[in-house]
Amino acid sequence: MILSSAIIARAFRVLALLATGWMTQHAVAADKVTMGFIYVGPKDDYGYNQAHSQGCAGVQKLDWVKGVEEASVPETTAVQETMRNMINLDGATVVFPTSFGYFDPHILRVAKQFPKVQFLHCGGLYTEGKHPANVGSYFGYIDEAVYISGIVAGHTSRSGKLGFIAAKPIPQVLRNINAFTLGARSVRPTATVQVIFTGDWAMPVKEAESATSLINQGVDVLTCHVDSPKVILETAERRGIYVCGYHADGSKLAPKGYLTGAEWNWSKVYTDYAGWVRAGKSLAAGTIPHLVRGGLKEGFVKCSDYGPAVGEEARKKADAAKAAFMSGTMVIFKGPLVDNGGKAILPAGKEYKQQDLELESMGWLVEGVIGSTKS
Amino acid sequence: MNSAQPSEAPGALLADATATVPGPVPVAKWRWRSTAEAIAIPVAAVLAAGLLFGLFCLVQGRNPFSVFAAIYKAAFGSGYSFQNTLVRASPLMLTALCTALPARLGLVIIGNEGALVVGGLGAVAAGLLVAGSPAPVVWAAMALAGFGVGGLWIGAAGLLHYRRGVNETISSLLMNYIAIAVMNHLVNGPMRDPASLNKPSSYPIPDDRMLPPIGETNVHYGILFGLVACVLAWFLMEQTTFGFKVRMVGGNIRAARLAGLPVSRLGWITCLLAGGAAGLAGMIEVAAVHGRANESLAAGYGYAGILVAFVARHRGLPIILVSVLLGGILASGGILQRQFQLPDATILVFQGLVFLMILLSDSMYGRFGLFKEKDAA
Amino acid sequence: MNTESIGWWGVVIGILAGAVRGGTPFLLVSLGECLTEKCGKINLGLEGTLLVGAMSAYAISYKTGNPWIGVAAAAGAGAVMGALHAFLVSRPKVNDIAAGIAMLIFGSGLAFYLGKPFIQPSAPQLPGLELGGWSAMPQVAAALKISPIFLLGIALAFLLQWAFRSTRFGLRVRAVGDSPAAARALGISVGRTRLLGITLGSALSGIGGAHLSLFYPGAWTEAISSGQGLMAVALVIFARWNPVHCLYASLLFGGAQAIGPSLQAVGVSTGYYLWNASPYVLTLAVMIATCSTRRTLAGAPGALGVPG
Repeated sequence: MILSSAIIARAFRVLALLATGWMTQHAVAADKVTMGFIYVGPKDDYGYNQAHSQGCAGVQKLDWVKGVEEASVPETTAVQETMRNMINLDGATVVFPTSFGYFDPHILRVAKQFPKVQFLHCGGLYTEGKHPANVGSYFGYIDEAVYISGIVAGHTSRSGKLGFIAAKPIPQVLRNINAFTLGARSVRPTATVQVIFTGDWAMPVKEAESATSLINQGVDVLTCHVDSPKVILETAERRGIYVCGYHADGSKLAPKGYLTGAEWNWSKVYTDYAGWVRAGKSLAAGTIPHLVRGGLKEGFVKCSDYGPAVGEEARKKADAAKAAFMSGTMVIFKGPLVDNGGKAILPAGKEYKQQDLELESMGWLVEGVIGSTKS
Repeated sequence: MNSAQPSEAPGALLADATATVPGPVPVAKWRWRSTAEAIAIPVAAVLAAGLLFGLFCLVQGRNPFSVFAAIYKAAFGSGYSFQNTLVRASPLMLTALCTALPARLGLVIIGNEGALVVGGLGAVAAGLLVAGSPAPVVWAAMALAGFGVGGLWIGAAGLLHYRRGVNETISSLLMNYIAIAVMNHLVNGPMRDPASLNKPSSYPIPDDRMLPPIGETNVHYGILFGLVACVLAWFLMEQTTFGFKVRMVGGNIRAARLAGLPVSRLGWITCLLAGGAAGLAGMIEVAAVHGRANESLAAGYGYAGILVAFVARHRGLPIILVSVLLGGILASGGILQRQFQLPDATILVFQGLVFLMILLSDSMYGRFGLFKEKDAA
Repeated sequence: MNTESIGWWGVVIGILAGAVRGGTPFLLVSLGECLTEKCGKINLGLEGTLLVGAMSAYAISYKTGNPWIGVAAAAGAGAVMGALHAFLVSRPKVNDIAAGIAMLIFGSGLAFYLGKPFIQPSAPQLPGLELGGWSAMPQVAAALKISPIFLLGIALAFLLQWAFRSTRFGLRVRAVGDSPAAARALGISVGRTRLLGITLGSALSGIGGAHLSLFYPGAWTEAISSGQGLMAVALVIFARWNPVHCLYASLLFGGAQAIGPSLQAVGVSTGYYLWNASPYVLTLAVMIATCSTRRTLAGAPGALGVPG
């Protein structure tokens, strides 16, 4: 046993010796900023991971930034290893582990080992004192773009029945469902949103089956929050109904029925961070904020262009709401707000501002949503 | 090496057909030629797979030598990268036993993933129950629960096989899906910690009750569990009467019945131990890595373990080696993406090639005169 | 009944239509597995074959603009995977379960690797047969838009059933699967028969993959098969190695997949993880209820899984 491991090791070593001549050196010029990006799935999934990968491509346009990417990294010790490799072997000084599940325990553990490296996590919550000082969190208020989708959907729907296909009843998803519903009901108070939870992030057959079931129940505008909306967009288009995209522009997949969609704009966020790091700022020193958030106004998220099915009236209403978001006067979650079981969430006159952390641990569905947060 | 190949008869449904009588208890004399064969053939297979993969890289316009140098560097090149490999290997050692032990009886169990998941769930439940006790008590309770629940899970597949004639390969495969569904249901529902927000998880084990890393390294104590379990499995199967009886059942179930061996009892006890090993892997994922149960428990260690077991020909000690080899391959997946801009699937192709070649090499045993023992007939 | 909302009828339509749509890949893969197992070998790698089939069908359909050439490519790619598996398991001492899992890893790796450039583009889809034109209800019309591959699957199920019973090929396959030694004594080439059976079976699951990427759900993504190829192996035992029973069992599995979403669409929203697991629970329950230690299962190939 020892013998054979030695042989294997030697075999590898011979190969390594043969190869030293070709070894590429990875010394990075000192003025370059190396940023590591880690995705939980393949980076060309037409969805969440692709949006981040495009952000990485965007920030790499700066000639002083070097981006290192690793895709399909599971939320296990594998991601700890990837972070360490990016820091030790590639010289990354900032890492962006983009999946929510990377945070606890993986980022927290590795961040303690590398206090000089900035660990920026997408979607998490930073708690001072509890989490290492070199950990920060960023996220986009994509519910603003989803709210716009809701307005367009509510306007365009003939039946007033909208459908939402979601992976899991978690806060980020519930916030989008609620924003979509509130958007739709702001222009059409009787609109309902039927929700189906598929149970996981990438289940194409189940997503197609969910889309079909919803359409059979009379739903004529669909939207979704799953890893890759491709199957849902195409199913809706084939059945001749309308659809609002998510994560990325899906208008090519549903040329007739695509209304609008909520898209990420991570290049903007990553470019901001790159600039801060180059200027010598850091999380630990407090010169980079621990929580970075932004919506339409800050350019963190955007809406797809309107599709051909969107009428004049709908455009006007949606553009008005967009303008209100840009000027900072729009509030999505304001009282009186009642959940779909009739329980009061917010009394009249009260509101949750976007920055309100209460919204990031949302556990309710607003009135008008048909569905339950229980699994 | 024992001449009987019990692994090759999946299921009672199928087991009747094997007709080789097991060899006598192994001879004590060290047979260096067959040892050399057992080393040379897999090494040649790994090299052949490397050659094929090198061609693949060449076609993709990458220099195969720099790719191999990078793989070696990332897997075994430094103490630091070897730590990564060991971390990757430790769950595989345990899940591999879940297939390897019953294989000696002639059962093909592929329910490793499910047993790991339910073991993890059981461990979390036990850990939360006694969370207030001193750490060693918590660890013992978690290990016991993980082992017990995982054991019952695969034990049930064994019992179904012997009592009802249900094919254990298929039942254990189905139970994987059921285990994952139950886990998802529990961590999204009854066991869900509301503070787990966007990644639904069970309530966590307190930080100071978790299994720490070994010294200053990144390797956790799971590796010890794996090593000890593999050595124990080797001892049990090769050195005890229990193991001898199990191998006898695996060699010829009719002869074993005629000899009065309690086939059914041997069977489900072995399945219990097997499931227990995978359940322990789940416990370690919970106690040393995640601190809670969630969907990350089903990360594919179970399926990888099946392959490790077959490649190691269901022997305890080779399992350790093969796990480290696979751990190394997995640990080097990242560098192919980061340094060579190869897609994430590249490492799957390499892994597939390595295992195909090693399996193919199984047919090479006994083909070379050099490795024939002088005293062999 | 108004056409806008069909309430609980939606559940019924959903499950029935889901049985056909979602059952088709199960049908093709299980027929392929059935043929493979009748030869006396198991192929767990059909999950990988399904992925390779789905990827090649989509890629070729996109490149040539003709989905039928895509289907042919899927069959061809499946056949190559099958021939590789057949070669592996024909070697002495190579276990077919292990070879299957290695083929699964290799096949999915290959499909993911080569499929990267085809995730984004939209490939031409297979035309469906519109059998629901008589109905005014769009739900019924959509449910009755049948995949040509499903019809192919039905035809193949009966064809295989007949072939096993009444053709020389079927006789050879069964002889080889029941007792290779006896088959050899009859002058049948075990190696060639198995090569043919496993290759054909694998080609069928390649076509099943084409249904996934070119009809329903009709996209190439890496999560497209999510275990359906593995499940088909269970399905064959469930169907007792009978091709026509494979058809019924596939419909049952396809329908069960649709239970969760259809129930949620009418507002039954709890326990979807458990609902989603219903096909597996069902299969296990049926196996427990019908198996017995006293007799081997009718239809089980005698030499299944035995080396040689």
